[in-house]
Amino acid sequence: MQQSPTPSRFPAMWTSFMSWVDRRFPATETFEYHMSKYYAPKNFNFWYYFGVLATVVLVLQLVTGIWLTMSYVPSGDGAFASVEYIMRDVEFGWLLRYLHTTGASAFFVVVYLHMFRGLLYGSYREPRELLWLIGMAIFVAMMAEGFFGYLLPWGNMSFWAAQVIVSLFGAIPVIGGDLMEWIRGDFLISEVTLNRFFALHVVALPLVLVMLVFVHIVALHHVGSNNPDGVEIKKLKNADGIPLDGIPFHPYYTIGHDLPGIVLFLIVFCAIVFYLPEMGGYFIERPNFDEANPLKTPEHIAPVWYYTPFYAMLRAATYPLLGLDAKFWGFVVMAGAIALPAVLPWLDRSPVKSMRYKGSISKAMLAIFIVSFFILGYLGTIPPSKYATLLAQVCTVLYFAYFVLMPWYTRVEKTKPAPERVTMR
Amino acid sequence: MSGDGVNKQRRYFLIGATSVVGGLGVVGAAVPFVRSWSPSAKARALGAPVTVDFSRLNPGEMLGPIPAWRGQPVFILYRTPAALETLPQLDASRADPDSERDQQPKYAKNEWRSRRPEIGVYIGLCTHLGCSPKYFPVVAPNSSLEDWKGGFFCPCHGSMFDLAGRVSKGVPAPANLVVPPYSFVSDKVITIGIDEEHV
Repeated sequence: MQQSPTPSRFPAMWTSFMSWVDRRFPATETFEYHMSKYYAPKNFNFWYYFGVLATVVLVLQLVTGIWLTMSYVPSGDGAFASVEYIMRDVEFGWLLRYLHTTGASAFFVVVYLHMFRGLLYGSYREPRELLWLIGMAIFVAMMAEGFFGYLLPWGNMSFWAAQVIVSLFGAIPVIGGDLMEWIRGDFLISEVTLNRFFALHVVALPLVLVMLVFVHIVALHHVGSNNPDGVEIKKLKNADGIPLDGIPFHPYYTIGHDLPGIVLFLIVFCAIVFYLPEMGGYFIERPNFDEANPLKTPEHIAPVWYYTPFYAMLRAATYPLLGLDAKFWGFVVMAGAIALPAVLPWLDRSPVKSMRYKGSISKAMLAIFIVSFFILGYLGTIPPSKYATLLAQVCTVLYFAYFVLMPWYTRVEKTKPAPERVTMR
Repeated sequence: MSGDGVNKQRRYFLIGATSVVGGLGVVGAAVPFVRSWSPSAKARALGAPVTVDFSRLNPGEMLGPIPAWRGQPVFILYRTPAALETLPQLDASRADPDSERDQQPKYAKNEWRSRRPEIGVYIGLCTHLGCSPKYFPVVAPNSSLEDWKGGFFCPCHGSMFDLAGRVSKGVPAPANLVVPPYSFVSDKVITIGIDEEHV
């Protein structure tokens, strides 16, 4: 590798050290490729904070998770007590645990906003289909990670939530019953299940997540970032081959955009950790202050808030169809709702990417989709009733309509012409 | 090297054959990893038959949920003659009144879903998503349910079962409560997990 083109900026010793390293490892080259010579569109706005915030939260979860593992005991007799021990006896154990539990919720907040940004500006469109698919894989891995982690405190909600979710697999015809037994490793959720969920939560899925995030960033830096106008900045370059509308990611976005964003995020995050760690039962549910009891289901079972939209859709399926139980269709609806965003790149037929230039039907459909998602999220937290189920069914239809009707409404609506260059507004 | 003398057909055959053999090896190597998730010998031993004495149970009462067979909550019901009379009246509102679905051993495929009319033995897990339903022998679980004849109500998703464990129509649970294999050791003692009658 060549030496840095501006050697005068650094002390001679540093320059010669880096040239020694660069002959053996592509350090400068990698830094330039991903940071100082990665040209990002200059018109990033508020919605472009959440990718970097997701990375910050991932690191936070990894670090606090490793520290919690040092005091946690994954056994049927010891798990619940060890969490109490962390909360009361371990120095700053309460802080480590609250950072981890609040971090789980924060992870989903920033990732949902990150995904919404994709919907808003068409970030899933060609050539970013693989980037989007990798992102969807991260989302699914995160949901699994959260689910496995939720059993570990061995509270009564942990136990019955795991029982309900594992029972979902029982809805699969023919193999369902055996599959449930295989997942649990026992005839009921037990210490055996706890042990394997522990292994998956602290070793397997974190590895998968870190690898997927790495691949996500590699794909992003290969195709380049989208932007609020949804135009390709690589089309117009100056004589040096640098996009006219691009600025180096480092230092303009790292120091100028992301760092203040991270500080602001951490202020809000810490306020919650210190003053509202249970978030009124939404981050840490009340029945989880009782130890797991295989004989007593809590009066009201609800998943943590980030799963509730999908849980509401699961419950919304109440009709048997084609000779299969409503339970099976509930499983299909829930799995479909999670998987469907993955095919967005092939559903969107609009000539423009960004919502700024799409027509009014796209805008209305996105608004209806988001409102339905919030209503479903609320319905998933309350006990089922006749009207709640009816409302959940309506919202489920609207949720699916956003995707299923997209090939039609993105083609027929009148769009505004997208500009050649990005706009600053 | 020039590629002129390459026998491409042979090369593709060798690549194909190596891939197939390697693939089979991977499948074979996966077996122990997959099998290790099945219930272990210890879990299966703990799932051995359990003997329960219910001599102190009075008519109208339920013993349970007790952690019995395979660690699952088990309900042992002592039904009154009056309760048994209500069962045929409920046939029309049951999803599977005659126990056509395979949720019970053969000897429990009758109107009481049990060996003896008055004693009912059921696994106390809802057939929907596995919550444990609660016993409401007299009072209805909520005011909107008129004409409640006694039975079970699942707090998770509102499924209802009658005193024979038969599921109501129009609830999320698709099937009747499971009847475990059981047998009477004596008049007031049963073994759950074994089919043969010992009396």
